[in-house]
Amino acid sequence: MLLIRCPYCEEERPELEFRHAGEAHLVRPSNITAMSDEDFEGYFFIRSNPKGLVYERWRHIHGCARFFNAVRDTVTDKFVTTYKAGEPKPDLGKPKARLPRKSARENVGKGKPAKGRAEPR
Amino acid sequence: MARAARRLSEQINLSRRPALEGSETVMPWVTVRPSGPLSRLSLRAPEASVSALSKALGVTLPGKPKSSAEKAGRAVLWLGPDEWLVLDGAGNLASALQGVKQFHSAVDVSHRNVGIVVAGEGAEAALNAGCPGDLSLAAFPVGACSRTVLGKIEIVLWRKAEHEFHVECWRSFSDYAFAFLTEATRDAGQP
Repeated sequence: MLLIRCPYCEEERPELEFRHAGEAHLVRPSNITAMSDEDFEGYFFIRSNPKGLVYERWRHIHGCARFFNAVRDTVTDKFVTTYKAGEPKPDLGKPKARLPRKSARENVGKGKPAKGRAEPR
Repeated sequence: MARAARRLSEQINLSRRPALEGSETVMPWVTVRPSGPLSRLSLRAPEASVSALSKALGVTLPGKPKSSAEKAGRAVLWLGPDEWLVLDGAGNLASALQGVKQFHSAVDVSHRNVGIVVAGEGAEAALNAGCPGDLSLAAFPVGACSRTVLGKIEIVLWRKAEHEFHVECWRSFSDYAFAFLTEATRDAGQP
């Protein structure tokens, strides 16, 4: 099972406790009544949906119930990092570059291996 | 009219029947039992109110994720950065925070939840049948608590002792939770 680090619970938790909540860092325009339909469509409906690193909102709905932001690679489904809501986008060096394999492995390996537990059925 | 109503109430048995009353699963290595009635408070408050609320409750609200505090039969479980679940086996929590002036929200959820106690050496394995979290002592020590999932429902899990867990689920899900845990005890196997 995928483990996702919740920045509020400060540990890796199973993915079943989480829910995806759309693209992160969308700023609601302050002049919605004045803007053109095309601009509103861009804000309201159009999402970037890139292949590679995406900034997303996630919610630890069956845990602390908090929204937070995550950087995930849509190709490998690896979470690069997670950070609290309201914090600026983390500096990932080369934003558009694909995730280097080494750091992907480091990220996955951060979770403590479950010791002395039976294999999942 | 009043006399008729009284006669009717005498004919109907109006005694309270708690959810899961009389349910019990006993296996050699694990037992599942309802916890009995508890007074419960869903508490939300900002950092600034924590000390006043702790004083009123008589228990210091834990600030660390996944931790709980217990004093004189009253327990406070950390659920989120500004959210706690208060449990009391004896007292009534409904009026416990009445005099607190600091900003907070306290909702009596005594009858929303049902508590189930899973105890015995196989308790960890039984819960892990439906709870995906790591329940080993290293990751989930005595006193640890967390909102998580059990099968298809959301629960609050609290480790009261090495081999004793308290499961809080919503009342309408209590049959599911109990049946699930009963099946899980059969699968849990001898540790």
